[in-house]
Amino acid sequence: MKIAVPKETLAGEARVAATPESVKRLVTLGFEVDVQAGAGAQANFLDKDYADAGAFLVEDAESLLGGSDIVLKVSAPTDDEIGLIKEGACLISFISPAQNAPLLEKLSKKNITCLAIDCVPRISRAQKLDALSSMANIAGYRAVIEAAHNFGRFFTGQITAAGKVPPAKVLVIGAGVAGLAAIGTAKSMGAIVRAFDTRPIVKEQVESMGAEFLQVEIEEDGSGSGGYAKVMSKAFIDAEMALFREQALDVDIVITTALIPGKPAPKLWLADMVESMKEGSVVVDLAGEQGGNCELTVPGEKAVKHGVTIIAYTNLPSRAPTQASTLYATNLAHLLTELTPEKDGVIAVNFEDEVIRGATVTHEGGVTWPPPKTEAPPPPPPPKEAEIQSQEPSSSASEKKKTNPQSIVIFWLIAGALLLGLGRVAPQDFISHFTVFVLACFIGWQVIWNVTHALHTPLMSVTNAISGIVVLGALLQISGSGSSIVTILAFISVLVTTINIAGGFFVTHRMLKMFRR
Amino acid sequence: MTGIISMAYLFAAVMFILSLGGLSSQESAKRGNIYGMTGMFVAIVATVLSAYVQAYGLLLIAMTIGAAIGLALAVRVEMTAMPQLVAMLHSFVGLAAVFIAWGGYLDPRVQHASHAAMVVHNVELYLGVFIGAITFTGSLVAFGKLQGVVSGKPLMLPFRHGLNALAIIATIILAILFVPVEHSEATTLYLLIMTGIALLVGIHLVAAIGGADMPVVVSMLNSYSGWAAAATGFMLSNDLLIVTGALVGSSGAILSYIMCRGMNRSFISVIMGGFGTDGGEVVSDEGAPQGEATVTNYEEVASELAQAKSVVITPGFGMAVAHAQQAVSELTSILRKNGVEVRFGIHPVAGRLPGHMNVLLAEANVPYDIVLEMDEVNPDLPNTDVVLVIGANDTVNPDAVEKPGSPISGMPVLEVWKAKRVVALKRSMASGYAGVANPLFVKQNTRMLFGDAKDSVQEVIKNLEFES
Repeated sequence: MKIAVPKETLAGEARVAATPESVKRLVTLGFEVDVQAGAGAQANFLDKDYADAGAFLVEDAESLLGGSDIVLKVSAPTDDEIGLIKEGACLISFISPAQNAPLLEKLSKKNITCLAIDCVPRISRAQKLDALSSMANIAGYRAVIEAAHNFGRFFTGQITAAGKVPPAKVLVIGAGVAGLAAIGTAKSMGAIVRAFDTRPIVKEQVESMGAEFLQVEIEEDGSGSGGYAKVMSKAFIDAEMALFREQALDVDIVITTALIPGKPAPKLWLADMVESMKEGSVVVDLAGEQGGNCELTVPGEKAVKHGVTIIAYTNLPSRAPTQASTLYATNLAHLLTELTPEKDGVIAVNFEDEVIRGATVTHEGGVTWPPPKTEAPPPPPPPKEAEIQSQEPSSSASEKKKTNPQSIVIFWLIAGALLLGLGRVAPQDFISHFTVFVLACFIGWQVIWNVTHALHTPLMSVTNAISGIVVLGALLQISGSGSSIVTILAFISVLVTTINIAGGFFVTHRMLKMFRR
Repeated sequence: MTGIISMAYLFAAVMFILSLGGLSSQESAKRGNIYGMTGMFVAIVATVLSAYVQAYGLLLIAMTIGAAIGLALAVRVEMTAMPQLVAMLHSFVGLAAVFIAWGGYLDPRVQHASHAAMVVHNVELYLGVFIGAITFTGSLVAFGKLQGVVSGKPLMLPFRHGLNALAIIATIILAILFVPVEHSEATTLYLLIMTGIALLVGIHLVAAIGGADMPVVVSMLNSYSGWAAAATGFMLSNDLLIVTGALVGSSGAILSYIMCRGMNRSFISVIMGGFGTDGGEVVSDEGAPQGEATVTNYEEVASELAQAKSVVITPGFGMAVAHAQQAVSELTSILRKNGVEVRFGIHPVAGRLPGHMNVLLAEANVPYDIVLEMDEVNPDLPNTDVVLVIGANDTVNPDAVEKPGSPISGMPVLEVWKAKRVVALKRSMASGYAGVANPLFVKQNTRMLFGDAKDSVQEVIKNLEFES
């Protein structure tokens, strides 16, 4: 089948849906790939590189879209583009079906099978297709860059000859993919980073990125489905606001990334907080498209209110077009790999597959969004405190294994009695050997416990070698017994024990030589 | 003269103790081995020079042939084949013990001061033959199983415990007949019958034990070979043999104990046999893990490794089977050169011999200070970016910790699932030797890389790219 990669038409969209690298992958899947001339120009991918990767260059969008079975795009198609796409073709791009019902209608009328990359279920298996995450990652990074660009100071603290520079303080609200990326970027630039999230489970992730996790006193878990947060209670929000007001006086940069699926972005950074921030501070609002987390946000714009720069650009990933295109194209290539199990260049939209089913928003003339609920159950709740306590007594069970003093006494009484009994009947000669034997066992016990685990194999081979000491018995028997059977037996014994001695010592030597630091 | 020999023996005994003591660390181990050789040399030379030995010609022939075979074996053996070699060497000790005890029985020079002395001598001799014979055939069967000549599946004869009990009873009856009387043709017959029984018991005992329990079996036979030597020492009134036998015997006993603890099984249940199987196809349907394994590819593994800060590799017997240790070592050194912290986590029962993995890794030039024990590496696993599980299965099974009803419940395991990412290199989804399905392979953070471990690791190396 033929894949078309058109130049994006939306204003300000610098990304492209395929890179020379991803074209190579698509070609190996058996597809023919057509790329519109100049499609990758804004993302710094040259036509020549596409051609070298095996793509065919097409000049105009009409013939490109009209002649292809699969269309790969970044932003949702315009009406013009839908008009050009062949009937029954397959379209893969960002769609936002929840906000774009008329678009789905138009696509289904044209019998276009549309896979919305933003509808890929957020399950582990589909992580490599998760374009939302890869774009959020870039948005988080870019948010910090935009903030730094508009912030009049360093992020990192320095002591210089010209005086001391204090480090910038960054507050990240919402520790999703974008939030974590922002934390990592700000941290690596040297800022002091704090983060807030209603979901306690992200605390560990936040701290692993080197930020401080801010918490309110109220215990409430904000974990919703699909890795998003849910709406919180009034008491919680009040406590949260109090925390933010306190932080507003201290921090220089605020980056908000809070989204609740299907709802306008929650207002978290209120006008009075902006007002109380220091002159020259920066707020980057990543929720601009959904109305913004900050009350004073102007979606899509940069605005200065009360001396604070509030940035709410809506398409941050497009501001890092090369990186965004690379990740997005890889996500698409993975999706096409899933769609092409036979690697024969023919896609199969398999509704049995949870991932493909979830992403498909129009199919065979009908709208198939939203998909039937097949959501994975949330992870089991952590055990309640009572349960934890109830488990504790089980540890005392292991104490039972400890031998009680009574049985120790009985053991030694029996052992002592046996020794005395043996002493009564055994000849003196035997007793002295027996003494040596028992003491040697104890020495062996002590010595062997000190042997490091790593040397257990050499231990076995060296004990092999020294147990060849039985050769002494054979040496004493080999001569002068007058019995030829004894001599033959002794001869064989000497032979095999010498194998042991020579082989055991040498192989031990060989092994030990290999251990090096 | 006897005084000099005794002192030589005492010196040798001290050398042997120092030799084992030297193994407490890698630095002192080589010196320890030299102590061992010195002790052996002194003991043999002192004996040969004593008045008791005259047949130098025969000795020279026997020792030359023996040394030549021994060195040839030691030079040529591959480290993956160490378990077989060790098992074979055990059988030699057993064989020698049997022959020497028989020699002691047949030697016309042996005189007894009293009846009691004779009884004691006969008991020692009888024990020497018994333990030696079991060690001999048991080790041969173990060798066969490890070499793959004999099936690794446990041999499950009907009434097998009954058969063993019968053999023990027969041995005791024969002992009662044999011990208190002067040697005669009848006693020779008793001793012969007992030798036959002991040989059969040795075969049966080890044949009933499955392939995965071989570390215990080999350690156990190590212990037996020591006790056989000690029994020989008693028979010959030779303190050096007694000391050495006791050292080796307790060494094997401790190793068996460590191995059993590593599998959370009692020594008795291992000896009773019938647990570990060979093929690993036995999957208990009950409680099979729910979910689907996520398959990965070389490129992804390579990029994950390249981006990781810390990597832990947990090898198992599969690494030895695939001879992947060189490739693993190469991967390790490339990662380390690029600033990735790489360590190895070794489960006590990984492989077919105590410490087997350590030797394989040492052979492949992996520095030993990054090869850690399970207890050392477990606390660090939650902070590890990538864990590579290479041919290990039961030793990384979360069921041992998480599922109380599992057959391997309570067995200490490497808690690899706590790491951020687990990549399991495996040939198939078959379960391990315990026949227990492993939910690790369907955990969310686990990726499967199917194929031969050596090829897989080499492919991953090819795909490694570092931004530098």
